[in-house]
Amino acid sequence: MAERKIRVLVAKPGLDGHDRGAKVVARALRDAGMEVIYTGLRQTPEMIAEAALQEDVDVIGISILSGAHMALVPRILELIKANGQEDVKLFLGGIIPDDDIAQLNKMGVTGIYGPGASTEDIVSEIRTAVLKRA
Amino acid sequence: MSLSQALLNQDRRALSRLLTHVENNSEEGRKALDELYPHSGKAHLIGITGAPGTGKSTLVNQLALHYSKEGKRVAILAVDPSSPFTGGAVLGDRVRMRDLAGDPNVFIRSMATRGSLGGLAQTTASMVQVFDAAGFDIILVETVGAGQAEVDIAKLAHTTLVVEAPGLGDDIQAIKAGILEIADILVINKADRPGVENTERALKGMLELAHPAPRVFHHHGQKMALPAQAPKADDPLWIPTIKRTVAKDGIGTKELVESIEDHLAFLHEGGEWATRERTQLQTTFESLLRENLFTRFLDELSPEIYEETLSNIMLRKQSPWSAAEALLDRSKA
Repeated sequence: MAERKIRVLVAKPGLDGHDRGAKVVARALRDAGMEVIYTGLRQTPEMIAEAALQEDVDVIGISILSGAHMALVPRILELIKANGQEDVKLFLGGIIPDDDIAQLNKMGVTGIYGPGASTEDIVSEIRTAVLKRA
Repeated sequence: MSLSQALLNQDRRALSRLLTHVENNSEEGRKALDELYPHSGKAHLIGITGAPGTGKSTLVNQLALHYSKEGKRVAILAVDPSSPFTGGAVLGDRVRMRDLAGDPNVFIRSMATRGSLGGLAQTTASMVQVFDAAGFDIILVETVGAGQAEVDIAKLAHTTLVVEAPGLGDDIQAIKAGILEIADILVINKADRPGVENTERALKGMLELAHPAPRVFHHHGQKMALPAQAPKADDPLWIPTIKRTVAKDGIGTKELVESIEDHLAFLHEGGEWATRERTQLQTTFESLLRENLFTRFLDELSPEIYEETLSNIMLRKQSPWSAAEALLDRSKA
């Protein structure tokens, strides 16, 4: 039987157009043997939640550089819960002020990564989170 | 309530979960396929194939938009390649399908080939069965960016679109065997680009060289069994049409859909629908037989004998041909 693949949705919500970080992470996850569904720029929380539902992903990774994370993240978490996907783990990358990190973690974000984060860490923390869930 | 029951009640979460089970070939997935099978066989399966960068995803986006506006329920299964080294994949077809976000008539699922060649994944046909049972009217299957020989889609789909773009090759490319042969409809996308006349001329020329004939697939060099009813001389024949589109602007979609409708009418008129169903189900059935026979055979063989035979082959003491025969004879005894 085929091994179970980890499926990750990589999305870029909000209006900033800088998707290099999201692409670097997508590539790193691919090289770690995961299946990455890449949705591209300017996704609304509704679009992200819908894609996560249709693709039945284990993990959602979003990249936010615009500073809008305190508005976007709670909305995404709310929508995936409403869809019955409360077991999906949310990972966040971008420019996130220290003050917000604790709050986001409390809301239910599993991992938060700023500039200089290593892709190895991201890969291994996603693996751990998914294994714990199963 | 079981997942398949929930799916029949239009539960999108159940549909999505079941697709994962089927894709992973899990016990639950196989059970569900069994339960859902009587509900399948209604959808129109449209395959979209062509070289990378010809605009398949963008065209699928336009087709789905069109069908959804007509009130039809549309499922999209978009296949992208897995890395041969790590088994990972980046599935990027959704990027071109933004227009469909939030459309309740449309369900998009991306899948990786997971080591399978031929342009589809091993479980693509089963995933299609799930969508079919879920009551989708149209199922659009987008293959990986195909070269010349990724022709599995023609055995799965009722209608196959082969997408070309100007500037991809000359008229010798066009008469080679393989991907162009499987087209029911040839789409020249990016038709606003220079060279579109040349491409159309080359494709037309190719079609004119061919004698339209009913399709019989050759499988491992053998003709796949013919249906009980042999084709009659006056059965209608389909001559592939050529359609120009500019998918990024939605140009030509309406005409393309009309052509797809014509093809569907042709399938129903002449009994070709049944022939294609037969090909598709036979392909599924035979690959299951092959896979299970192989697994069962290995289960019954002791690992020591297997290893010993393999090392004999590596030492050039025995050829793979005679070794395979010896092992098979052994299990017969």
